[in-house]
Amino acid sequence: MRRRTTIAAAVVVLAASVAGGRGADLQRFSEIARGRYLANAADCGSCHTIPGSNKPFAGGRPIETPFGNIVSPNITPDMQTGIGSWTDDEFDAAVRNGRARDGARLYPAMPFPYYSRMSREDVKAIRAYLSTVAPVHNQVTSDTLPFPFDIRSSMIVWDELYFKPQEFKPDATKSEEWNRGAYLVQGPAHCGACHTPKSILGGDKTSEPLRGYTLQGWVAPDITSGLGPLGSWSADDLAEYLKTGHNKYAAAAGPMAEVVQLSTSNMTDADVKAIAVYLKDISGTAPASASADQNVLTAGGAIFQDLCAACHTKDGQGIPQLFPRLSDAATVAAADPTTVLRVILQGTPTVATDREPTGPAMPGFGWQLNDEQVAAVASYVRNHFAHAPAVTADQAAKTRADLASRTN
Amino acid sequence: MARKLPAKDVVIIGLGWTGSIMAYELADAGLEVIAIERGPWRNTATDYPPNFAPDELRYRIRHELFLRPAQTTFTFRNKMNETGLPIRSWGAFMPPNGVGGGGVHWNAETWRFLPSDFVLRTHLTERYGAGFLPADMTIQDWGVTFDEIEPYYDRFEYLCGTSGQAGNIKGQIIEGGNPFEGPRSRPYPTPPQDQPFSHTLFAKAARDLGYKPFPQPSGNLSRPYQNPLGVRLGPCTFCGFCEWFGCGNYSKASPQTTVLPALLRKPNFSARDNSEVTRINLDSSGKRATGVTFVDTDGNEWEQPADLVILSAYTIFNVQLLLLSGIGKAYDPVANTGVIGRNFTHQTISDVTSFFDSSKFIFNPFIASGAIGMCIDEFNGDNFDHGPVGFVGGGYMGQVQTNGRPIETTPVPPDTPRWGAQWKKAVKENYLSALKPGTGVHGSMYSYRDVYVDLDPTYKDHLGRPLARITMDFHDNEIKQNAFLTDKFAEIFKAMGAKQVVKEYRKAPYDITKYQTTHLCGGAIMGTDPSTSAINRYLQCWDVPNLFVTGASGFPQNAGYNPTGTLAALAFWSADAIRKHYLKNPGQLINA
Amino acid sequence: MIHRRNFLVSAAFWFAATTSLTRATIVRDHMPWSPFPSSAPEFERPGPWQFFTADEARAMEAIVDRIIPPDAETPGGKDAGCAVFIDRQLKGPYGSADGLYMQGPFIKGTKQQGPQSPLTPAELYRKGLTALDKYCKDNRGGKSFADLTTDQQDDVLRQIEAGKVKFEGVDAEGFFSALLKDVPEGFFSDPIHGGNRDMVGWKMIGFPGIRYDYRDWIKRHNERYPYPPVSIAGRSDWTPHKS
Repeated sequence: MRRRTTIAAAVVVLAASVAGGRGADLQRFSEIARGRYLANAADCGSCHTIPGSNKPFAGGRPIETPFGNIVSPNITPDMQTGIGSWTDDEFDAAVRNGRARDGARLYPAMPFPYYSRMSREDVKAIRAYLSTVAPVHNQVTSDTLPFPFDIRSSMIVWDELYFKPQEFKPDATKSEEWNRGAYLVQGPAHCGACHTPKSILGGDKTSEPLRGYTLQGWVAPDITSGLGPLGSWSADDLAEYLKTGHNKYAAAAGPMAEVVQLSTSNMTDADVKAIAVYLKDISGTAPASASADQNVLTAGGAIFQDLCAACHTKDGQGIPQLFPRLSDAATVAAADPTTVLRVILQGTPTVATDREPTGPAMPGFGWQLNDEQVAAVASYVRNHFAHAPAVTADQAAKTRADLASRTN
Repeated sequence: MARKLPAKDVVIIGLGWTGSIMAYELADAGLEVIAIERGPWRNTATDYPPNFAPDELRYRIRHELFLRPAQTTFTFRNKMNETGLPIRSWGAFMPPNGVGGGGVHWNAETWRFLPSDFVLRTHLTERYGAGFLPADMTIQDWGVTFDEIEPYYDRFEYLCGTSGQAGNIKGQIIEGGNPFEGPRSRPYPTPPQDQPFSHTLFAKAARDLGYKPFPQPSGNLSRPYQNPLGVRLGPCTFCGFCEWFGCGNYSKASPQTTVLPALLRKPNFSARDNSEVTRINLDSSGKRATGVTFVDTDGNEWEQPADLVILSAYTIFNVQLLLLSGIGKAYDPVANTGVIGRNFTHQTISDVTSFFDSSKFIFNPFIASGAIGMCIDEFNGDNFDHGPVGFVGGGYMGQVQTNGRPIETTPVPPDTPRWGAQWKKAVKENYLSALKPGTGVHGSMYSYRDVYVDLDPTYKDHLGRPLARITMDFHDNEIKQNAFLTDKFAEIFKAMGAKQVVKEYRKAPYDITKYQTTHLCGGAIMGTDPSTSAINRYLQCWDVPNLFVTGASGFPQNAGYNPTGTLAALAFWSADAIRKHYLKNPGQLINA
Repeated sequence: MIHRRNFLVSAAFWFAATTSLTRATIVRDHMPWSPFPSSAPEFERPGPWQFFTADEARAMEAIVDRIIPPDAETPGGKDAGCAVFIDRQLKGPYGSADGLYMQGPFIKGTKQQGPQSPLTPAELYRKGLTALDKYCKDNRGGKSFADLTTDQQDDVLRQIEAGKVKFEGVDAEGFFSALLKDVPEGFFSDPIHGGNRDMVGWKMIGFPGIRYDYRDWIKRHNERYPYPPVSIAGRSDWTPHKS
């Protein structure tokens, strides 16, 4: 029988042949292992790899921002087109200080404000790991933002407003577990990069941490607890969701599916639990209660019973780990109905992980329901199960048009 | 000229139930596995979601999930002295196509065969004497016993989450289950489905007549379930669009809902869809398969080399491919030589339609699932004394109300005109109070010398290859069996209080236009003797040891049960033999 | 060390393997998915005849009203849209026998060997309707089928059913068998196919349509199911009423 060559061995051979004193000493296994884990937690691979490519970290992935698309650079140890010739200091300046090698400022699509919470040793470990990755020759042009956002020096102002480089400091009044979770959330896992509302300049609204934001056509919901949409989730529920992509209430889809797939499902059980413990301790505001036109709700209820109950059950309870429980799925309750609308219109797959390989998918209804009907059933679901605001036919139409031009 | 692809360890022809099981087991063993499927990939949410799957015209009448006869069909004749003519539109059976195969649109009736079924010739000869069997009946023992296969039935049932009530656990008979079943090691993974009204009435009437009714083992699950591969299924919602249709809410066991999500996570597995295998290639000795040739939808030929070939296409496609590839000796019914094509069988099905007082009975036939049912097994296999009745075999029978779909299931009393005002009135008056089970009497068909498959001399498929030709007719044994069973079945409906019971006996000649389940079996049968079987007890081809042939094509005769449970169990059993023995020492596993 | 597999699995998340019937694809790493259904059904809309000529349509509307006559409670075949249904079907793959095995030689065999005619359903209807009108004109006082009284129409159909009528160029009984199949299909199939208008066929018998969740009803024995039917195109309650 044929034997499959292990990639690991091949990579070691390749990396060892990348000569030069720059880059890690390959004997420092524990640092490299730690760096690999942190790179996973920081999810470097997500932005720096083109989906579908078998060249990890080679860059070239377009990242959608409110200001246009920006393309991720090549961070493999290739000498000409990657970071193989960078020093550890230069790498640290990029990751924790937002400065490219020539001193130019990085756009915060690279979440350096969060990564600055990591220590110098942490980032050095990540660099050590990255220098063991297969080098890929791939010249990437990152400057793809439209004018005036392509003027990097404008970042001076932004940095002044929104960037306060600061390493994480544990809170002595909290448990070790809480502090580990806080470190991960505020640092490498950079949850706020998606989940914290942004100002018009794209900086975090630090007074509303993790209260929800919409980006790339999906809602990153409020993940604070107490009275927010995750209020009924226990820390164990949240940990299970991060680790497997599913729990008895919800399933990770869209960009969060990628986060689970690439990052959180590879964290230790203790780490996802720590994140959960921390998040459960951040209080949020109660969502505003909402009323809706009764005719709309009645029509929405009819559609729900006829089409949705087959999976979500007639009272929205769903089936654990299979069909989300609509009363407790955060994106149903989010103020922004984007995810609810797009999922009804187009459907969505959900993430498959080793522990939860099923990856059930929601079918699309956009071909079957007109905008008025989509708005009715979306309003019914939000109002009836999550006390969230209704949705108009115009919003449905807008989402439909937006989806027609999307690739994700 | 076929372009050669990089070699793999294993190539699997057909990604249905047994193909998926084999793929998982062999990928799990660390081999590089590629599966080649003639039809398209199919997924629940994009191909048969609840919001357009329940379309009777599209899927039941126009057969959209099934193979197009234009791509491949078969020719058919009753007798050897007739000319085989093409089956231009499906009737008696519906061949599958696409990933998941028949597992996508089956009813999910998940039975085990009886212990005596596996040693049929020995058993019947011992009990009734060799002279009791018709001279031209060619039934054989399988080469495996029920006890050997039992752990693999268990594996399949736990893969699917089968819902049922055990009747015999390690010899102890359990009330409420099938008292005739072979001893099982443990209960079903989920409890039986809830039963609708007519089924409970049937069960009561059957009990009053002295039978022991039990719920049909069902792959439409009664509960949410997570199988040993980590894959989850949901609970059946009784939509009544089961057989012929894909299940929209992950509650019917299929390769998609039980195996494929876990299989695809294996980096050493890949599949090609829309690719039709046209030949299994052999080396110059003719005793070793080197891989397969397949055709893509542009008509390009490709060669996929592999060390191990698993042929897991549907029954008759297995036989046809073996014939077209020149593997094994073709069966000659006149000379009674050869093995490929012999012992070909189907099923002996009949029904009873009953009409009840509509002011007293409301049956809601549309609240149904494919495998829901209350059944009795008193007249299956050799569960009763056949001496006085002059035939062998039998089947389960049950009130298995699979649907109330209006094009197919609007029964009217026998003398009703077929159109016009009276017809319309009769349809309306009887819809909610008539019963027409999906397959009421599910009888065995044993094998005969003159029922077989070969290649047609005239008609060709879309690639210009000869079609397989089916020569099939009913024999007296099955006709007698069916009359006997149908009469017994009708008695139960009378006892339920029907005002009219209409028996529809299965009569000869075998009719290719009337649907009788898709349980075609045989043609590449397993056995202990290479002169009368194509594959050994591990499903390994006698002539070509690196070729295994799975599926119901291996059944020496068909029993009175749906075949899927048994063919899946045999696939697990064969995979085990490959993993434990063959891979360590490739070659013929049996020294015959 | 990086495992290549992790990246193929994860990074390929948004890679949609197409499953169109005209392209073979390689599937690996995850279940393929693409947005929107792979083959959402088409909705037939009311409008001009797409297959039948005006004369054929007249004859068809008369025929379907005899096969399924109107009564006080339920419309007949014509108002239920059975002729429209057949019109749309004959225009499409059913009419051209698309997907069926149409290679010759065409030899008439036994009844058990099934139909062996080279005629497509479209051709069968064309020839059948022409022959029907010709027969009526020749034998029923110069009138086409649609111009006969309903009693006369019933009589003609009964004669054909009994095998007493010979058509020119096409088998009369074969044509009638097709009608007996197609007209009820037009009465009972989902309204998106052009027939069963307003779900009148389903309402007549009490069939709830595409409803999918009966968990609440499986144990409610001998009770009438009260909810109105739903089609793939929905029902009127799906659209909010205006106050």
